[in-house]
Amino acid sequence: MKELISTEHLHFEYVRAEEENVLVLNDINISIHEGEFVAVLGHNGSGKSTLAKHFNAVLLPTGGKVLVDGIDTAQPDRVFDIRQKIGMVFQNPDNQIVATIVEEDVAFALENLGIEPAEIRKRVDDALKKVDMYEFKEHAPHQLSGGQKQRVAIAGIIAMRPECIVLDEPTAMLDPKGRREVLNTVMELNREHSTTIALITHYMDEAVHADRIIVVDHGDVVMTGTPREIFSQVDKMKELGLDVPQVTELCHRLKQEGLPVPDDVITEEECTAVLKQLLQ
Amino acid sequence: MAIIKTEHLSHVYSEGTPFEKVAVGDVSLEIEQGAFVGVIGHTGSGKSTLIQHFNGLLKPTSGKIMVDGKDIWAEENKKNIRNVRFQVGLVFQYPEYQLFEETVYKDIAFGPGNMGLSEEEIHTRVSEAMEFVGLKEKYAQKSPFDLSGGQKRRVAIAGVIAMRPKVLILDEPTAGLDPKGRDKILGQIREYHQQTQSTILLVSHSMEDIAKYAGKVLVMNHAGVFDYDTVERVFSRSAELTRMGLSVPQVSRVFERLSSEGLSVSQNVYTVEQAQREILRLYTQKKEGFHA
Amino acid sequence: MLRDITIGQYFPGKSVIHRMDPRMKLILSLVYIVMLFCVGTEIGFLVPIVFLIVAIQISKIPMKMVLKGIKPILPLIIFTAVLNIFFVSGTPLVQWGFLTISLEGILVALKMVIRIIFLIMGTSLLTYTTSPIALTDAIEQLLKPLNKIKFPVHEMAMMMTIALRFIPTLIEETDKIMSAQKARGADMESGGLRQRIKAMIPILIPLFVSAFRRAEELALAMECRCYRGGEGRTRMRQLHYSRLDWYGAACMALCFAVVIVLNLFAPTLL
Repeated sequence: MKELISTEHLHFEYVRAEEENVLVLNDINISIHEGEFVAVLGHNGSGKSTLAKHFNAVLLPTGGKVLVDGIDTAQPDRVFDIRQKIGMVFQNPDNQIVATIVEEDVAFALENLGIEPAEIRKRVDDALKKVDMYEFKEHAPHQLSGGQKQRVAIAGIIAMRPECIVLDEPTAMLDPKGRREVLNTVMELNREHSTTIALITHYMDEAVHADRIIVVDHGDVVMTGTPREIFSQVDKMKELGLDVPQVTELCHRLKQEGLPVPDDVITEEECTAVLKQLLQ
Repeated sequence: MAIIKTEHLSHVYSEGTPFEKVAVGDVSLEIEQGAFVGVIGHTGSGKSTLIQHFNGLLKPTSGKIMVDGKDIWAEENKKNIRNVRFQVGLVFQYPEYQLFEETVYKDIAFGPGNMGLSEEEIHTRVSEAMEFVGLKEKYAQKSPFDLSGGQKRRVAIAGVIAMRPKVLILDEPTAGLDPKGRDKILGQIREYHQQTQSTILLVSHSMEDIAKYAGKVLVMNHAGVFDYDTVERVFSRSAELTRMGLSVPQVSRVFERLSSEGLSVSQNVYTVEQAQREILRLYTQKKEGFHA
Repeated sequence: MLRDITIGQYFPGKSVIHRMDPRMKLILSLVYIVMLFCVGTEIGFLVPIVFLIVAIQISKIPMKMVLKGIKPILPLIIFTAVLNIFFVSGTPLVQWGFLTISLEGILVALKMVIRIIFLIMGTSLLTYTTSPIALTDAIEQLLKPLNKIKFPVHEMAMMMTIALRFIPTLIEETDKIMSAQKARGADMESGGLRQRIKAMIPILIPLFVSAFRRAEELALAMECRCYRGGEGRTRMRQLHYSRLDWYGAACMALCFAVVIVLNLFAPTLL
């Protein structure tokens, strides 16, 4: 599979006047492949958001480099190509909606790219249908729920037809219903439209659905692997200040008590099957 | 004794217009002194409107609300509605956005200052509140805007605790925090509850957290109280809660599945600890049965 | 409560007036205001009055809503009227001491009142039938020639759009901050002017901090969506003048002509 985003010895520090620089990312070497669903985990302040902002040239490395589809993000004349390839959705849905009408907002990026009006119309309708918000196209953003606003923001990105969407804690401010809506939308985009997804989150129940998890701590990639490989290391995750799914923790504890259960259980179904076998 | 009591409390927004909306309808409720109550309900269920009645921020359109035995909107108490706010402290969602003072100390002192307390008393209360939320002395003279997100939130919570309210209401105090920050704040709230014997109302979307920390649960649905009872009794209605759009803890769902597959497991399991205990019990039982 | 305020005051509808091009509506509203001040004869006032009443009927906006727009400026209207009644000299009708009311005074006052009232009603009709975003588009389009003298037309329009977008959000936020500070015992209802201004600080500072945070995040989000100013930008919604707009323009032109003819030939009371 093609490497869509790759970082080579990525190093980033905030330069502050009169004070010591703050090192945020230290020698990060990762790659995200086409069509992949990657979750990036880490506690607040671990550097995961800073990492994400390097994927679409919002931040540029102070050392090493980031390649997007082979383009070095430090090339100033390619910035808009990169941003069109790698779309970004942020935490607060209110602060990324520009227009006063849903469909106008979804059109925003396309208007910036100078696309023909008829083509914009088509892509806007298409994007709104993909996130299941078509019937709200003439609503004002402030009439929508958090989950709906976030889906409008996603539509505004997919209208650009990017190859990858980076979502920076898109569900942190939503209620459980909104979280489900957004996660389902993201998973559908990945599975049905093979959009590459990089989901930054600290909700483990979201990360479970990813193909691969990257765990960041103090500016370093400390773990990477499938959700099963990552979550089965319960003690290490706890040490990093992260959660594991309840079912994983339960099986882990039972195993420690000497019960014959595997410790790489990550879904409800698996857990039910394991416990059933154990007790019957 | 009930510290908060409502009688047929209703709140209707934009009454008499086409936008009329019943946010809270006919709620009669008694919350006991010293209880730790988890409040759940989906967005729009009326929980936010209801809690703003408890400290007199909203006035019921009909019905009564009693705090510590006094009808707060009765003629003789109405003009002292501000005192109700000192008795019932309310921490809003994302409370860090209400910080405004130059220093952490001054911000926490805002509430006690409004109560008209002496400088000395304010000082004691600020130090005490900072200790409860785990903020070290050295932060007192820092600007709250220079702190991290989690620290800001703790300053905001301390600002309410410093009023020494008899009832502390927190609206999703852990929203947007990572697991570590979440556990820290909830642990501090539990500690505060145990030390001060005050009444706590914790609004949360996380049934895991409520199962872990609360003793009783208030479930709001369609502008009314769906249930108000102990955690065990409320969560045993998990099928109904799921239908309401609330998410039941993952382990509870596993136990539900086990029971629907014919295993006789307890249905009162909401935390990993409880699940572990129950499985161990059943496993030993099975082994003993096997040997016997 | 704050959230009861409706901003933009747009009433969605499908009437002929709603369907007109916002640019034409904006131009016609300006022409209408000019016409109001060109009317020189008493009989001539019938033209703008009838014109607007008919337009309101066509738009299907309840007359009550249009009249509501006058309420906030009622004191101004009364003030202007009183000033004119007493200070325009002419044939005295009533006299108390140094106060004189003349026929001319009453007539001038009446004309002023009609002009102000209909000016407000006319602009209300514009905003009631045109969404804020369409109005912004119209202003951007109409001012485009100013680009030549380096006037940042697109940037102005973008700022208007963002302001309109964030007004409801900030109203909600203000409401929340006020509640939060009240929950800490903030007293905003009593005390003198100085105290009340001081009581606003706990609301204004968080509000500004939040507005700056939002601005920063919004700028980042716009950058991520390839925003780079007005250059090379296209629009999804294209404005088109239709036959409807030319009918509207023709009606207005005819009415204006009638006003001028009446100015020239109709008799005046004075």
